[in-house]
Amino acid sequence: MNSKQPTFFQVIWDFFCSLKLTIVTLILLALTSIIGTVIQQNRSQQEYLELYGKNLYDLFETLQFFSMYQSWWFLGLLTVISLNLTACSIKRFPRVWKTVTVPLLVPDDGHYKSLANGAELRSPLPPREALRRLTATLGRRFAPATITEQDGKTHLYAEKGAWSRFGVYVTHLSILVVFAGAIIGNIWGFKAYVNIEEGTSTDKVWVQGMKEPLLLGFSLRCDDFAVTYYDGTNRPREFMSILDVVDGGREVISDRKIVVNDPLSYKGITFYQSSYGPAGNATLKMRVKVRETGETLEVSAREGEHVPLPDGGSFAVTGYAESYERFGPAIQMHVNTPDGRHGNPFIVLQNFAGFDEKRGGTYAFTLLDYAKKEYTGLQVKKDPGVWVVWLGCLLMIAGSIAAFSYSHRRIWVTVEEGGKGSIIRLGGNAHRNQPAFALFFDELSQDLGKELDA
Amino acid sequence: MTSSQLFNITTIAYFAAMILFLSYLVIRSPRVGLIATLIAWAGFAANSGAILARWMEARALGFDQAPLSNLYESIVFFAWSILLFYLLIDLRYRQRALGAFVLPFAFFGMVWAQFGLNDAIEPLVPALQSNWLTYHVITCFLGYAGFAVACGASIMYLLVAGKDGQKPSGIRALFPDSRILDDINYKAIMIGFPLLTLGIVTGAAWANYAWGTYWSWDPKETWSLIVWFIYAAFLHARFTRGWVGRRAAYLSIAGFAATIFCYLGVNLVLSGLHSYGG
Repeated sequence: MNSKQPTFFQVIWDFFCSLKLTIVTLILLALTSIIGTVIQQNRSQQEYLELYGKNLYDLFETLQFFSMYQSWWFLGLLTVISLNLTACSIKRFPRVWKTVTVPLLVPDDGHYKSLANGAELRSPLPPREALRRLTATLGRRFAPATITEQDGKTHLYAEKGAWSRFGVYVTHLSILVVFAGAIIGNIWGFKAYVNIEEGTSTDKVWVQGMKEPLLLGFSLRCDDFAVTYYDGTNRPREFMSILDVVDGGREVISDRKIVVNDPLSYKGITFYQSSYGPAGNATLKMRVKVRETGETLEVSAREGEHVPLPDGGSFAVTGYAESYERFGPAIQMHVNTPDGRHGNPFIVLQNFAGFDEKRGGTYAFTLLDYAKKEYTGLQVKKDPGVWVVWLGCLLMIAGSIAAFSYSHRRIWVTVEEGGKGSIIRLGGNAHRNQPAFALFFDELSQDLGKELDA
Repeated sequence: MTSSQLFNITTIAYFAAMILFLSYLVIRSPRVGLIATLIAWAGFAANSGAILARWMEARALGFDQAPLSNLYESIVFFAWSILLFYLLIDLRYRQRALGAFVLPFAFFGMVWAQFGLNDAIEPLVPALQSNWLTYHVITCFLGYAGFAVACGASIMYLLVAGKDGQKPSGIRALFPDSRILDDINYKAIMIGFPLLTLGIVTGAAWANYAWGTYWSWDPKETWSLIVWFIYAAFLHARFTRGWVGRRAAYLSIAGFAATIFCYLGVNLVLSGLHSYGG
């Protein structure tokens, strides 16, 4: 390893230890990530062909631009950055570990010269007294000192924030932990969806990209689904499902309300409110008035179904609008004559009961009630890696705060006999934020100087 | 006073402070610098009051929501964050000239919000009804504000450090020393970066809670990661010879351009989860 010709392994190792590699890879990751935000990801082949034409499509397909975050080259860049930060950390960690665990207690001349901050003080006090005062002041103003005597000199060493040296390694480690969490989720987790009609239950969900449904091992029932709106607007306030979990024939969770931002979890599987829609045809309550006699009858019907009328004809409701023009809920319907001829469609407004009277014709219709059955659409997820990801995030925040906001500050003091009193040598450094430490050091050495005068 | 009156006062104060900071560059009178700073503080107070007033106004309408829910509200909060960050830097460094390069971001933000954006208070759609909204927006914008201050310092750095070894002349003589600008650039990013990280994490936690996916490579998410990559590169550049000084300043400016695109461009140009912001 010490020969002039570096070995192959050493070349590779140096390559992955390089900080330039870090910077270049980070910039490459930033630049290439843009592609995926400009080209919509994971759409159908047909959409892409329409948008880009045959030639560009082929090129982009070859470069895996259509699912680029899973492409070999993007994952490759992520691998490079992982190897890079691992190699850098392994290379630097042992030295830092030694600095922290085996601090230099006996500094020599060369060490003092290497420090960014230094001072030399003289005191009329004998070394023992000077040492006593220095230890007390240092302890009060900075941190308790370790005292080492050697060759007739006494050395004090005090430090603060040594742990902050590890911040950067914790941050690097956290990125690997997040990746590990994502990989665990990809291997042992799944994402699926399910639609449950109100009043029914299901025990299977559909995983994305799979043809066969997945059995949950328990069943989920939807008692109710509802959308509420802000007063006087059609801005939705809340989508809400009432769900029950039935496991082994027993209802283990009852009437659990789930809304967006408040999912339901059971046995590691989480259900999120995600969509909703109409399930089957709506049911209607109508009042039909025979105009000639004034006789009325009330009927229940399903939307689209032909309902017989007293004269042998029938009517059917074919459409519904929650808000027709500005008149509120309305249905579209038509009447068929007894010989089966299809009449013209007309509108009946729910909020204006007498409206249909003006139309003329044999019957006048009033809409009494319109009830639509709905299904609730749920995202279903199992992700055993998510806690690992959160742990990684926590480490990342803690690590970067430690790395950026704190620094390892060290102060050395050497006391020896000299002249009629003592000669005191001071030195200090900080591994980050040196300007602030320089100010502190100057103040401290002045204070120590004053102590030694008296 | 209503929030909109207070926002007017804010905009006027930021404008006055910006003009005074620019005049300070020319006149070089410390008194002008001091007045500019005091007006910036007054504008910041008005901005804070306006955000509180808007909060109260939303409550009076029966909506229990922090004023961070649409583009208008986020822009005025961004202006507030920039001022907060700038004023803290000013307390520490007392480099008045920096104001001339930071205040414009806050001022133009306020002008755009007031003249170009819908300021109606509207209730939140279900996906946004979460405390995560507050944590996510506050952390992100404080991070963005750090990057704005760093960008201002970088522009100044490039102006000052134009020619090697040559003493800057004219207005540039009043600029802070290039080493101080470089330091401000670094410090602002050093504080902004963990805040952005926290912003991304709170966003991921929220997405996981609302949709069951902490990361979906949605354009907004991806752009926040792009910004993160650039500033991560910047911080590592600090330790390598050749990637400091001018290159670091360019990286900082590129980072802020990406931040602005992440914040606005994605909402206005690309589609995705955050498009409601427009």
